[in-house]
Amino acid sequence: MELNKLTAHELLDLIKNKKATPQEILGSVHEQIEKSEKDVKAYVRINENTVVATASDERSVPIPIGIKDNMCILDQETTCSSKILKGFKAPYNATVIDKLKKSGALLIGNTNMDEFAMGSSTENSCYGTTHNPWKLDCVPGGSSGGSAAAVAANEAIWAIGSDTGGSIRQPASFCGVVGMKPTYGRVSRYGLIAFASSLDQIGPITKDVADSALLLNIIAGYDERDSTSVDMPVPDYTQALENNVKGLKIGIPKEYFVEGLDPEVKDAVMTAIEVLKKQGATFEEVSLPHTDYGIATYYITATSEASSNLARYDGVQYGIRELAKKTRKSPLLDMYDETRAVGFGAEVKRRIMLGTYSLSSGYYDAYYLKGLKVRTLIKNDFDKLFADFDAIIGPTSPTTAFKIGDRVNDPLSMYLSDIYTVSANLSGIPAISLPCGFSKEKLPIGLHIMTKPFAEEMLFRIAYTYEQNTQWHKQRVEL
Amino acid sequence: MISEKDVQYVAGLARIHLKDEEANRLTKDLEKILDYINKLDTLDVTDVQPTSHVLPLKNVYREDTVRPSLTQQESLKISVDQHEGSFKVPKVIE
Repeated sequence: MELNKLTAHELLDLIKNKKATPQEILGSVHEQIEKSEKDVKAYVRINENTVVATASDERSVPIPIGIKDNMCILDQETTCSSKILKGFKAPYNATVIDKLKKSGALLIGNTNMDEFAMGSSTENSCYGTTHNPWKLDCVPGGSSGGSAAAVAANEAIWAIGSDTGGSIRQPASFCGVVGMKPTYGRVSRYGLIAFASSLDQIGPITKDVADSALLLNIIAGYDERDSTSVDMPVPDYTQALENNVKGLKIGIPKEYFVEGLDPEVKDAVMTAIEVLKKQGATFEEVSLPHTDYGIATYYITATSEASSNLARYDGVQYGIRELAKKTRKSPLLDMYDETRAVGFGAEVKRRIMLGTYSLSSGYYDAYYLKGLKVRTLIKNDFDKLFADFDAIIGPTSPTTAFKIGDRVNDPLSMYLSDIYTVSANLSGIPAISLPCGFSKEKLPIGLHIMTKPFAEEMLFRIAYTYEQNTQWHKQRVEL
Repeated sequence: MISEKDVQYVAGLARIHLKDEEANRLTKDLEKILDYINKLDTLDVTDVQPTSHVLPLKNVYREDTVRPSLTQQESLKISVDQHEGSFKVPKVIE
């Protein structure tokens, strides 16, 4: 039995019945890393001496987990896959890390990502590209591409990602795993290195829906150190794993099934809808009239917030410092300019520039403010639908994983791969992507389900029912 | 339309030194992206309230009490350069 190919809940059963030990599980994950990491490159750092706690606490979840490289871990290097943070060792733990450590989690390493989570392919990393385990010459998606690839390659049992415009769900879709973005405020962002603070949310990347619920149980909850985390009780999400969608009303937005959607993806999603229909859910075509404005709105708001959040990387306190060879303004100003010129990659610069432009005097009303207003319209579309519908369903991304290098030089085409996912961030609602088939080229396809704020249980119920009636979540890569 | 001069001006605001060829490429990229973003102009948003944040949160207050936090020494552990308990930077004034 290859332990690393099992899910966390299966492994916990084995541990409970004394058929496997946390050490054996950790060993099998490291064996896989030894074998395939040179091809996948999911990690930027691997902990060679992960400590397995000996305490036999009943609640303990000693499962190997990959952590995206944008969450602070005390005294360990955390870089957001950016040169500008090389050498930065976090002086504290992110709340999510504290919670994981308390649960007994085995932190096996930091996973690769697009620099500062800006990208949809993990190609914008100062460490190089991660490869899609299903097809090594394809991207794993992004920005949590390392986390999704690690889970798909069985180099981690599960992983943590962050999602600002689809950065958990799109790579989960490309890698054939389950990725979940909780409601904004459900999981503390304390210690998550900020990209766009009104959109960022941490969430689980797992092999199946039951693991997704289990991992959310561990990381969710109010945190006084994040004033945007919400003080609401956290239910036991595993209680929502019910094979029953009878009577649920689910909307299919007509705007999601238009030009640009790969016919193979469309077919897989329509087939998935039939599966849920058979289980008793009813479907109706609905409209989200402002869908087409999602990407434009997202890129204004996200880059504006990013230009402000990333102002802190100036070479003064931590990370790298570069001095100018000759004086242009003053030694201090030149140090800022040079550190940021050398430390940031092309996409990060592009987004800081776009955000600075949107916020700058004379353009603020035409760009930033307008973006915030359209954000209201997009949010209203969802609010209106959720008055009548339990959930909304569609594809996670218009295509399957694309070839490495294909979209690097065309930022706009890269941005458009997030067309179905960004609106969940703009409106703060929870969403999940789960495997619903493969293309002819054997690349995974993702099914995307969204629901109203703090109704994660509804997502798990629908997703679990789909899984119980299909086999896609049992597919594993041989590497 | 965004010119290379605009791009250099914005780079100044963003405190990023751009080489000429970089500014040239960014001008082309930003022009394309802004052109796409301009599709928002087809919407009338005169009476729409902006959403900067999705949660109906007001100010979050807490008691003003001293709690454990990073010490000066712990904070300086990550510094690029330090001097007598402070972060050291290049000379600001001559």
